[in-house]
Amino acid sequence: MSSQVHGTQNFDKAKRATLKFSDVAMQEAQTIISHYPEGKQKSALLPILHIAQAEFGGWLSPEAMDYVADILKIKPIEVFEVASFYTMYNLKPMGKCVLEVCQTSSCWLNGAEDIVKHIEKKLNIKVGETTKDGMFSLKVAECLGSCGTAPMLQCGASYHENLTYDKVDKIIEDYRSEGKLKSYTDLDYKNTL
Amino acid sequence: MGKKLLIHNDKVPGIATLEVYRAHGGYASVEKALKTMTPDQVTDEVKKSGLRGRGGAGFPTGLKWSFLAKPEGVNRYLVCNADESEPGTFKDRYLMEVIPHALIEGMITSSYALGAKTSYIYIRGEYFYVARIVEKALAEAYAAGWLGQNILGTGFSHDCYVQVGGGAYICGEETALLESLEGKRGNPRIKPPFPAVAGVWGCPTVVNNVETIAAVVPIVNEGGEAYAKIGIGKSTGTKLISASGHINKPGVYEIELGLPVEEFIYSEEYCGGIRNGKKMKAVVAGGSSVPILPTELILKTAKGEPRLMTYESLADGGFVTGTMLGSGGFIVMDEDTSIVKNLFTFTRFYHHESCGQCSPCREGTGWMEKILKKFLNGTANESDVDLLWDIQSKIEGKTICPLGEAAAWPVAAAIRHFKQEFLDVARSKKFVDVSHYNKLYKVNA
Repeated sequence: MSSQVHGTQNFDKAKRATLKFSDVAMQEAQTIISHYPEGKQKSALLPILHIAQAEFGGWLSPEAMDYVADILKIKPIEVFEVASFYTMYNLKPMGKCVLEVCQTSSCWLNGAEDIVKHIEKKLNIKVGETTKDGMFSLKVAECLGSCGTAPMLQCGASYHENLTYDKVDKIIEDYRSEGKLKSYTDLDYKNTL
Repeated sequence: MGKKLLIHNDKVPGIATLEVYRAHGGYASVEKALKTMTPDQVTDEVKKSGLRGRGGAGFPTGLKWSFLAKPEGVNRYLVCNADESEPGTFKDRYLMEVIPHALIEGMITSSYALGAKTSYIYIRGEYFYVARIVEKALAEAYAAGWLGQNILGTGFSHDCYVQVGGGAYICGEETALLESLEGKRGNPRIKPPFPAVAGVWGCPTVVNNVETIAAVVPIVNEGGEAYAKIGIGKSTGTKLISASGHINKPGVYEIELGLPVEEFIYSEEYCGGIRNGKKMKAVVAGGSSVPILPTELILKTAKGEPRLMTYESLADGGFVTGTMLGSGGFIVMDEDTSIVKNLFTFTRFYHHESCGQCSPCREGTGWMEKILKKFLNGTANESDVDLLWDIQSKIEGKTICPLGEAAAWPVAAAIRHFKQEFLDVARSKKFVDVSHYNKLYKVNA
């Protein structure tokens, strides 16, 4: 069923069989499901897709979506139609650090385009591409609600604001040396606040 | 110095914690409402206050609450719209990040008025770290007994949960938000039925903006009449304004409604004037979807009266010479700004965010973006200005939700007030961006 549902992408049954949330992630998912009335567990889909994305390498493969469908006892197509609607879900593999530069009005007024050009040059990639080492992807984003601190970029759960060229250079160096980033649903991140 | 009701404590160290928030009078509205008032009395105070929805539409909150259907044995819900995505708007983020308990307190008091046993705070997915701050505050509130079973021994029980979205502007539209809360694509619903009758899971639901819910706290504490004394006419109380663009002091400001626009832009207390000693060219006063106004019309109405920060004064002159207060996303542009290019960023945004249900919006936003791109790459003709006008006029009023209007209005206003600039770009067959961003070279401390 799933292979048809997810269109031309090949559905790998063997890969699907290996997918499993970590215990912490599964506990988090069950807590989220408990927030909704009996029988309305589908409501937990958006938050659980964030968890799946963090658990399964930063993107949602057909197998990952199938797994989420099983957890929520819904059809895989219901997961796919949601995952393909919202911009935060990646339907293809991304770099470890996805740099998303806001490009809407206030950020543009404050030089967002030049920030994008600067990153393109520094990482030697274009918007929509990933560096060869798989470390960085560059995306442009629509208004991220940081207009008073423009220009800005988001990487995982972190907002980097009032950007200058120097600041962008430092952000890239920091991520490179840490080799890991705080993702949208990195469960450890919850405890660092 | 204007009166502040929402973020008066924003500089107090530790105000994000329950302990400090409580020490500064936090949760008094819950005590007052649950112990000394009936739910209807709370709603009456909100009606008396004249509070209007702070998300952008400006609909009277008390009236919205009174529409809530209350059939026996059916759950009712309060849903907080924290999907703040209107370009130029970042006030809800500030409020939730700095004083999360103000929102939670408002959620409890409002839920009591509505008879809602459960409420949800739907936060846009990109505000992930803000969601964590609110969740942490919720946990504190549960531990202290402000949430959960039998709050303050009054018999009122309430649960409040956070849901994060997935990145979609359209989910700020209340029925799209409810679809998203149900785990579906954010496609707005056809109304009626309105959420007050059939909202989340078909149950009666009230959807309110973060700032609206936070404003219920001072209204209950000090009374609706006291709140209504602030402001002018039907614009009562205070409003959070997100100020951005070419100003000296961008940020979130709480103003008393009725403040002159000129004072807001130029006084040191607020925006502090235009950056780099430049002149102001235009302002988008209420988030990207409201009509842009040139300097002379934002400072004074067409009748020559000073423009005030109120729903009515900003709308004076209709869309011909006026605009809207909207969400309070106040974007200021200096003399070097290209209106054509700024409009392009807005139109690209709406094209990206159109949910695709209605053809006029789905196709129209794409066409408008394409035509504006022609201006930027020097291939536009003068007739493209008329074409742009024609397309926007065919979107308004022809879509299920107001995203169509939100996409059409900025185009109409930019052409209405800056047509010559579009014609100049088309005639010169060349787009020169003269904006300068010397800020980028400065090392921020």
